[in-house]
Amino acid sequence: MNEKQSKTEVEIKSESLRADLFEYLLRLGDDRLVLGHRLSEWCGHGPILEEDIALANVALDFIGQAEYILGLAGEVEGAGRDADRLVYFREAIDYRNLKLVELPRGDFAFTIARQFLFDVYDVELMTALLESSFQPLADVAAKVLKEARYHLRHSRRWVLKLGDGTEESHQRLQKALNEIWMYSGEIFQPDDVDRRLWDEKMAPDLEELGERWKREVEGVLEEATLELPDPDQYMAEGGRQGRHTEHLGHLLSEMQILPRSYPDAKW
Amino acid sequence: MSESQENKFQERIDQGAKIEPRDWMPERYRKQLIRMISQHAHSEIVGMLPEGNWITRAPSLKRKKILLAKVQDEAGHGLYLYCAAETLGVDRRELIDQLHTGKAKYASIFNYPTLTWADIGVIGWLVDGAAIVNQTMLARCSYGPYSRAMIRICKEENFHKVQGFEIVATMAKGTAAQKKMVQDAVNRWWWPTLMMFGPHDSESANTPELMKWKVKTKSNDELRQRFVNLTVRQANAVGLSIPDPHLEYDPESDDWRFGEIDWEEFWNVIRGNGPCNRERLQTRREAHEEGAWVREAAEAYASKRKAEALKQPA
Amino acid sequence: MPDDYTPRMQDTQWPIWEVFLQSKTGSPHEHAGSLHAPDFESALENARDVYLRHGDPQTSIWVVESRYIRTVESEDNPEFFEYTKYNIYRHPQFYDVPRGKRTEIERKAIQNRG
Repeated sequence: MNEKQSKTEVEIKSESLRADLFEYLLRLGDDRLVLGHRLSEWCGHGPILEEDIALANVALDFIGQAEYILGLAGEVEGAGRDADRLVYFREAIDYRNLKLVELPRGDFAFTIARQFLFDVYDVELMTALLESSFQPLADVAAKVLKEARYHLRHSRRWVLKLGDGTEESHQRLQKALNEIWMYSGEIFQPDDVDRRLWDEKMAPDLEELGERWKREVEGVLEEATLELPDPDQYMAEGGRQGRHTEHLGHLLSEMQILPRSYPDAKW
Repeated sequence: MSESQENKFQERIDQGAKIEPRDWMPERYRKQLIRMISQHAHSEIVGMLPEGNWITRAPSLKRKKILLAKVQDEAGHGLYLYCAAETLGVDRRELIDQLHTGKAKYASIFNYPTLTWADIGVIGWLVDGAAIVNQTMLARCSYGPYSRAMIRICKEENFHKVQGFEIVATMAKGTAAQKKMVQDAVNRWWWPTLMMFGPHDSESANTPELMKWKVKTKSNDELRQRFVNLTVRQANAVGLSIPDPHLEYDPESDDWRFGEIDWEEFWNVIRGNGPCNRERLQTRREAHEEGAWVREAAEAYASKRKAEALKQPA
Repeated sequence: MPDDYTPRMQDTQWPIWEVFLQSKTGSPHEHAGSLHAPDFESALENARDVYLRHGDPQTSIWVVESRYIRTVESEDNPEFFEYTKYNIYRHPQFYDVPRGKRTEIERKAIQNRG
């Protein structure tokens, strides 16, 4: 994704809408930043060279998207914070990503399970955002969607390969899906920010998005000979409100170490 | 393997012809190339680790993307090189086993630790700088697939050294803490980088043969001198010092003469006693072992699909 | 170096594929390099990830499993390539023919136009 963006003032009709949009852009940006970070941990440790390279491409896409979206968030906020400032100088409680993306990378099956669930959501979300009445968001969606479609193509194929590969790969992927499933509910759990932006036709209806997500995921899992995890199980939430797992704190302390230790330095 | 075949082969080499995989070649040429190309591939793969160590800690999103792309390139270059070696009739799997069992070598430089962010700059500047000097020569080597892989690699790597030098230059004019960090990194990496060119010509057993076959066209000492000349001037441009009290300009030859390399350290690291040898190898083994079930799954899935396709009438 | 390590006895080795890239429509596909992949869909995806990552514009990718490629080299089989040498009559330069000449009618018409 091209990081160049206009530095023009973003026009927003009210301060409360500005706050909502800022919050919403943080959610989009933080998801990508944290997921990109987890994927980048595979670099040099992938199961085979070709896949090492593929995962790094996806990680690079997500980090590029995060940079662009958080840059936009900074403009919307209008307080002079750029993407780097938002990334390196916020505490875990101010991060707005899903818990799903902050969980440790696990084995390759876990990474693929998470990636697949996220990529299906991402394609649905970005397709819906193309219609956003907030033009900068529609522009984001147009850029992200192309990458998201490729990500889904990649993770979907791996779900099929692992699900319908060997006994071991099938079991590992099933286990990963069962473990991660409780973190999928939060994706489609709207709060007031989502509802207000939905009223403005700026963001999509999450519940409807969730229905489409579920149908797509079910179809692929079936093709991959995998069981759908118990849909009525307890679902974790809170990431969107800054109530994270302990993993995020460790992730951020690693990521932020240099700018925090040398606040006057340029790198 | 008649003598006339060998003579004809040498004649072709002397005329500057490229040797292709299916051409006749002396067994020894094949062996030397497999050794050299796979060693080179292993170096790219192990070389991902010291720099990969800083991807999650890069100090800005821009630096993070650059570093990730660079380390990914190393995987790509390892991949190209393994494929070039495979044209000589050896499997990548075999080559990887040789790395993991310690039978094959890789560049010793990657057995040194990356202690601060400045190391990322200095590796790009010095280590990639040294690699470019070497690789530009190898792009002209007599074996077609190796030469083509090197041409692609050189093209893709253009940015590796420059991004490193940019980090170094930025830190060198930064805060006192940054300056200290970057000078320290230069002090640690300078001598190991000079060792990358290999032993002195007089000690290098393989060089005469490789030069006769135009696998190499310049000797270790020539390349090393070229690198020192280039780098001393760059260090001067950013105000960093080279940790060598014997460094002296020779106006006759326009060369920077440098002090004696600690060859004992060189051989020690090669023998496996460098600061990170064990760790690096262990990490590679683990990644490979933990990936085995993934590779098997993809293969099993592919054969199932193939079997299905055969069953169905077209 | 700890040398108590024994590699896995049975490791899979995905087949090798050759990758060909076309840099603009209408141009020939050129060999870019090789890679390993378990099947053709993965080979295409890997080719995209490995060979397009530098972002040079490309319009098409071909992959073909290496074992399906057959070659003849002039080095081992010179007579295979010899044939073309005696084919000079296939080239237009081989022929000695007069050039066309404008007709009288044309020349007059041109003069009249001034």
